[in-house]
Amino acid sequence: MRKPKLHPCGNYNEKYEEELTIFETDFGRVWVLIGLLVLFVGIPLISSNYALYVINHIGIFAIAAVGLNLLIGFTGQISLGHGAFFGVGGYAAAILTTRLGFPFYLSLLSAGVITAMVGMIFGLPSARLKHLYLTIATLAGQFILQFLFVNWESLTGGSMGIILPRASLFGLSLKSDQAYFYVVFVCLVTMLWIAKNLLRTRYGRAFVAIRDNDRAAEGMGIPIFQYKLLAFAISSFYAGFAGALWTHYLASITPDPFTLFLSVEFIAMIIIGGLGSLTGSVFGAIFITSLNEILSHASEFFINLQALAGIALTIAPLREFIFGLAIVLFIIFEPRGLAEVWRIVRSSFRLWPFSY
Amino acid sequence: MEFFFQLLIQGLSVGFLYALAALGFVMIFKSSSVLNFAHGDLLAMGAFFFLVFSLWWKLPIPIAFLMTLVGSFAMGFIIERLFLRPLIGESLILVIMLTVGLASMFKGLMLFIFGGNLFAYPEFLPQNLSIQLGNILIPPVYMATFIISILFLLLFGLFFKYSSQGIYMRSVADNQSAALSLGVHVRRVFALSWAIAALVCAMSGIILGIISGVNVHSISIIGLKVFPVVILGGLESIGGAIIGGIIIGLLETFTGGYISTSLREVVPYIVLVLILLVKPYGLFGLVEIERV
Repeated sequence: MRKPKLHPCGNYNEKYEEELTIFETDFGRVWVLIGLLVLFVGIPLISSNYALYVINHIGIFAIAAVGLNLLIGFTGQISLGHGAFFGVGGYAAAILTTRLGFPFYLSLLSAGVITAMVGMIFGLPSARLKHLYLTIATLAGQFILQFLFVNWESLTGGSMGIILPRASLFGLSLKSDQAYFYVVFVCLVTMLWIAKNLLRTRYGRAFVAIRDNDRAAEGMGIPIFQYKLLAFAISSFYAGFAGALWTHYLASITPDPFTLFLSVEFIAMIIIGGLGSLTGSVFGAIFITSLNEILSHASEFFINLQALAGIALTIAPLREFIFGLAIVLFIIFEPRGLAEVWRIVRSSFRLWPFSY
Repeated sequence: MEFFFQLLIQGLSVGFLYALAALGFVMIFKSSSVLNFAHGDLLAMGAFFFLVFSLWWKLPIPIAFLMTLVGSFAMGFIIERLFLRPLIGESLILVIMLTVGLASMFKGLMLFIFGGNLFAYPEFLPQNLSIQLGNILIPPVYMATFIISILFLLLFGLFFKYSSQGIYMRSVADNQSAALSLGVHVRRVFALSWAIAALVCAMSGIILGIISGVNVHSISIIGLKVFPVVILGGLESIGGAIIGGIIIGLLETFTGGYISTSLREVVPYIVLVLILLVKPYGLFGLVEIERV
């Protein structure tokens, strides 16, 4: 057995591979293993059904947020259409399952692929122009797709939506929150692992190069258009996959949730979590989903107190206000988000008693 | 045929309205190349300012109108000072996402104060403003839209062409560092462009409120239609914004009149995607040869 690697005091990397390693020390590996153990053994044991329901939502949104972060945080292209792409994934899964009888796992993957293709249609304008235009094209995509969800009734069921059979995997029913928890988090961990490793390949480095300086990237021989479109496709795949997971979890789909506000919510997740940080996307999903739950509980609480029912009604729009405020405050005061806060906390532990 | 002319009139007035709204958008984009996603909410804010002054405080209409303009001008300044100023020098992507956050914030704030209800302004347009052309009656609202839009588009055209502040703004838009080295107060130009944009937005918001009532959701959705308008006209061109506005306005009303009302809302965005694919710099945009 080789000697366990500890943290050196300084940067002693000699080879490029050392720069690229995910785990600088063996401690990192151990911590990740412990984390996975707690996640898959501890959390399902101690959580109530309601807590698991919230945690499953966090997991699903985290997958979409990771995808969006690949696009915004790593490639520097803004998408305002991820709410609708999430919906495309959901509808694709619903239609494939109910009409064509696709099994659960296959419907997830094909929903992701279909969403990637739809995303690429709206990514095409980025072929000719700089990144601002992609944002506008995705905004258009958001509205066009929303229109299709409601009005293409033969396919989407219109505003009535589609009811799905309960998902099952290899003969096992996924009806309980607990069973679905494992599905969601195996998917999340796999997706995170794929994203992390994608960023270490030439593709990931090309994305970062495009974000940092697109002209320089082109000068170094990166075909900008292909890579932008690829980033967009990957990001849409993540969104569609997450949307499919969500639809199977709720076992029904209607056009209502997939509005521009959902897109803004996804953007809020990655800004609050941290642009250009995969862990940050997960933090952001936790933050936003918990905030949503807290606010809906608060309004329920006030409705039950008859005297204060008026406050309950005013809390609902405050959700939008608080999300907006969170985006604005994080951009102004901590543009690198919760991931940066987490890094500071960690390094101050690591450097104790000489932390700063 | 009568129906056609009715739609034509309606489309033109909607188009001028869009052009006016797009003017504010182009102003911000030209001076600081920020895409303002909070544009729709600025429109709604203006409409609500006027609502508060005219309906709640019961001020006379001209004073309420004037106070709305002053109020939104000040609000533009404050927005720039509080939120945009700290980000000068930061990457553009952060600034654009900040406007997304601002949009959500303003919308929540307005929903919090006014709720999602539909409000109506007191009747104040003189009935004799309407014009009878053969069988077609142009209602006073549309006449007011024509008059106000054309007046302000002209006013701003002259402002940009002849006033010193307007020339400063154009110079900053053209080349920020060159303007800086020639002694233009770039920060003031940014502030001024936000203030003027908010003012123009307020005006379009008021007109929208007169036409279809004041509601947070509907007005802010209409505000987002400036994107198809400016893309069609070309992002840098004010004249293009006018032409783009009229084309989109006509297209929208004719689709609504002849095909289906639900398609009406998406037609501008379909045009937007097509334009981006076919002629990405719009009809009058500055063609930058920069294939990145």
